Amino acid sequence: MDSLANKRLAKTNYTEFLNKYGMLIILVLLFVALSLKIDGFASVRNVLSILEQVSMFGIIAIGVTFAIVTGGIDLSGGSIVALASVVGASIVTGSEGYGMTIFAFGAALFVGSVCGLINGSITAYGRIPPFIATLGMMTMARGMAQLFSDGRPVDASSDAFTSIGDGTVFGIPGLVIIYVLVAVVCHVMMSRMTFGRHVFAIGGNVKTARICGVNVEITLVKVYVLAGALAGLAGAMLASRAYAGNPTFGNMWELDAIAAAVIGGTSLAGGVGSVGMCIVGALIIGVMNKGLNMMGVDPYWQQIIKGMIIISAVLLDAQKRKKA
Amino acid sequence: MTNSDSILEMINVSKTFPGVKALDQVNLTIRKGSIHALMGENGAGKSTLMKILYGLYTPDEGGEILFDGQPFTPKVPIDAIRTGLAMVPQEISPSGNLSVAANFFLGRELRKGFLMDHQAMNKETAKVLDELGIPMKVETLMQDVSVAKAQLLAIATAVSYDAKLIIMDEPTTALTESEVQQLYKIVRKVQERGISIIYISHKLGEVFELSDEVSVIRDGEYIGTKQTSDITKEELINMMVGREMDEMFERERVEIGETLLEVNNLSLPGKFEDISFDVKKGEVFGIAGLVGAGRSEVVEAIFGYKAAQSGDIYLHGKRVEIYKPMDAIKQRIGFVTEDRKLTGLMLNMSVTDNMIMPELGPYIQSGLISDELASHVAEDMKKQLRIKTPTVDTIIDNLSGGNQQKVLIARWLLLEPEVLILDEPTKGIDVGAKAEIYKLIVELARLGKAIIIVSSEMLELLSLSDRIMVMAEGREIGIVDREQATQEVILEMAAGGEVPSEQTIDTSDLRIEGVA
Ligand SMILES: Nc1ncnc2c1ncn2[C@@H]1O[C@H](COP(=O)(O)OP(=O)(O)OP(=O)(O)O)[C@@H](O)[C@H]1O
Ligand SMILES: [Mg+2]
Repeated sequence: MDSLANKRLAKTNYTEFLNKYGMLIILVLLFVALSLKIDGFASVRNVLSILEQVSMFGIIAIGVTFAIVTGGIDLSGGSIVALASVVGASIVTGSEGYGMTIFAFGAALFVGSVCGLINGSITAYGRIPPFIATLGMMTMARGMAQLFSDGRPVDASSDAFTSIGDGTVFGIPGLVIIYVLVAVVCHVMMSRMTFGRHVFAIGGNVKTARICGVNVEITLVKVYVLAGALAGLAGAMLASRAYAGNPTFGNMWELDAIAAAVIGGTSLAGGVGSVGMCIVGALIIGVMNKGLNMMGVDPYWQQIIKGMIIISAVLLDAQKRKKA
Repeated sequence: MTNSDSILEMINVSKTFPGVKALDQVNLTIRKGSIHALMGENGAGKSTLMKILYGLYTPDEGGEILFDGQPFTPKVPIDAIRTGLAMVPQEISPSGNLSVAANFFLGRELRKGFLMDHQAMNKETAKVLDELGIPMKVETLMQDVSVAKAQLLAIATAVSYDAKLIIMDEPTTALTESEVQQLYKIVRKVQERGISIIYISHKLGEVFELSDEVSVIRDGEYIGTKQTSDITKEELINMMVGREMDEMFERERVEIGETLLEVNNLSLPGKFEDISFDVKKGEVFGIAGLVGAGRSEVVEAIFGYKAAQSGDIYLHGKRVEIYKPMDAIKQRIGFVTEDRKLTGLMLNMSVTDNMIMPELGPYIQSGLISDELASHVAEDMKKQLRIKTPTVDTIIDNLSGGNQQKVLIARWLLLEPEVLILDEPTKGIDVGAKAEIYKLIVELARLGKAIIIVSSEMLELLSLSDRIMVMAEGREIGIVDREQATQEVILEMAAGGEVPSEQTIDTSDLRIEGVA
C-alpha cells in the first residue's frame, strides 16, 4: 500500500537536523566567537583546561542524565563529590604506590554507590519522589563529609594518586581520558543495552514499562547507584587534581550537571536524552564558564548569564515538543 | 461562493507533517444544524482536519476556511471557541482532582470578588446538565466519573460555550452499548438547539443511526459527501477503503484442542470474586459485561499487572505463579491493554522501541541491542498489519490513533504468545483493519494458541468467540457456547444476575453452557 502518507519530504529533514544538532552548532559558534574575542582561547592548553574542568561535573551529568531520562532527578551529586573526595584522600594520604590509589578510587566509587543505593531504594521502594530523596541525600552527604573530615581539608599527597589528576597520556590529561572512557561505556549502556532501553521505557510510560515486563524498581535502583558511583568517581578525580579532599568540594555541581543534561536536550518529562548530547551540554557550560572568566566578567553576572542559558534551553525543549 | 446555509466550508485545505502529507486539498462543507459524519481509514487525516479547525495545527498555505461565511484562521483553541467551534477530542483528559463543575468551568471560572464562586458554578453546571438530560452530580470529583460521563460532560461544556459547531472525535470508543444510546440522545438534543455536529467514527451503525450527511477522506484526500439516507453500508465502505468489503466478519472455525489455560477461583476482593474458566488450544474465549463488571481486572490479574489475591492459574496443566507481568511474559502470555495512552504507549519512543520492549533478547547480538535487526522486524510487522507511518523510527506520538493501536497489537504478536489477551483490541480501528485483526486472531487460534478477548462490541465478541463468559459486578454469571450466544442472552446476563436462578449458579465448576 503505497500511500501519500508514507512519502517523505526533504524540507522536514532540515528541521529534524536542527532539532538534533542545534546544541552542537551552538557549541561550535560559542567556541568560535570566544576564540575570536579572546587571545589564546583556542590554544591547546586552554582547550585542555576546559576539558579537564568539564570532565568532572560532566561525569556527574552523565549519571544525572540517566536519572532524568527515567523521569527522575538527582540532586545529590555535588555533595557526594565532597564525601568521596575526603574518603579517597584519607585513604591515600601519606601512602605510596598505585595499590592505595586504586583502593582510594574504589572507596570513592563505593561511597558514591552506597549513597546512590539509598537514593534509589527510597525512590523505588519507598515511592518518595526522587527530588525529595536526593535532596535529603544532598544535605546528608555534605554533612557526612564534614563529620568525616572534621570540617577540614584532607591531605591527599601521594605521588601515585595525584598523578591521575596531573598526568597526561600523549598530552591528554588523565581526567579527560577517564571522562571519555566513562562516556563511551555509559553511551553503550544507555543506547545499546537492555538496561538503557528499560530506562527509556520507564521515563516514557512507567505503567507500560511494567506491563512490558520491566522490573521498574530494580532498574531505578541501578540508575541511582550508577549516578552515585559516577559522582563518587568525580570526587576522587577532584581530590587527585587538588591534592586534597575537602568537604566543601562540589558545591552546586549538581546544578551544573543538571544544566548540562538539560542543555543537551534531556527532557525533564523523561523518556528523552543521550550521553552524547549531555557531553555537548557540559561542553557548552565549560566553554561559557571559561570564556566569561577570561573576559573578566563579574562572577555575579556569570551566574545570571548561566541561569538565562539554562532557562532558554528548557524553553527551546518545550517549544520543540509543542510545535506541530 | 459562500453558501448561507452552511456553517463551515473548508476549501483545498492541506497539512504537511515532517515526512507525511496528512491532508491534500481537502474540501468539506457542513450544513447548519446537521449531524455530519466524517469517516475514513486509520491515518486518513480525520483528526488532523479537526485539529486544524480547533487551532491546534496550522494548515499549509493555499487553503481557505469559512466559518459562518467569515474567513476563519484559529491560531489557538480559544480562537475557535470564541468563534463558536468546540471540540470533544479523541482522548479526553479532564482534571481528575477537580469537581465536575470545576471542569465544566475550567478556564472561565465564575468569580465573586477575588474568589471563585463555587455556588454559582455548581448551580449553572447543574442547570446545563439538566437541560441536556445528563444525570451527574456536579460536586463529584472527576476521577470518580466514568469515561462515558466525562464524554457527556465535555459535550455539555461545548454547548455552554454557545458553540455553533461541535466536533466529536470518536466519542464512543470507550463506551458500552447503553452508554452509547445515552450519548445519541444527548447528541440529538444538541442538534435540536440548531447546533451542527461533526461526528467522527469508525462504527457504521452509529453513522447511519445519527448522521444526516457523511463525508469520507482517504489517505488525506477528500473522496466525497453523501446524504446518509442515499447510501448503503457497502457503498460507504467502498468509499472508505476503495474496494469491496463485507462489514460482517465470518470467521473460519479451527480445530479446538486440549486445555491450555485454566483459571480457578480467582478473586481480588472489591474487584472480582471466584472467577473460573479455561481456554483451550485454538479457542477464542470472549469476556462480556458492562463497563465496571470487572472484565479488565480479571485479565489484568491473569497477566500479573494487578495480581489476584487468591485463586490458581494453570498453563498446560501445570500451576504457574504470576505475580508480575514479567512472570506472564516468561510464560508467553501477551496482553494488549484497554487504555492505549495510560498503559499502552510510550509516547516519545519510536514505533520500533514500542514494539520490541517486552522481549529485547532476540535483538541482542554479542551483548548489544541491534537496532538494525529490531527495525527489520518492526518493518515486517508494519507491512503485515499495514501500519501507516513514514518509518518505524518515527516517534509513536505522531501516528494516528488507530495506527498506534496496531503497533500495540504488533508488540504482543512479536512475543509469539501461547496465550494472547486482548482488551478492547479494535478500539479506534477502521473497518478494513478490523477485519485484518480478526483474521490475525483466527490465524493465531489455528496455530493452537489460546485467545482471550474482552470487548464491549457485541458483534465483535459474537463473531469471534467460541465461548463467551459473561460477568456482572465482579461475578461470573455464566459461560455461553457460540451456538447459544445471542445479543439478547448476553445482555440479559450482563445486566447482572437477572437470569433465571438455575442459570446463575455461582459454584464455578458448574459451567452453564448455553443459556437461552
Ligand atoms: N503531529 C504529527 N506529526 C507527524 N505526523 C502526524 C502528526 N499527527 C498526525 N500525523 C500523521 O498524519 C496522518 C493522519 O493522522 P490523523 O490522526 O489525522 O488520522 P485519523 O484519520 O484521525 O486516523 P484514526 O482513525 O486512526 O484516528 C497519519 O499518517 C499520521 O501519522
Ligand atoms: Mg483520529
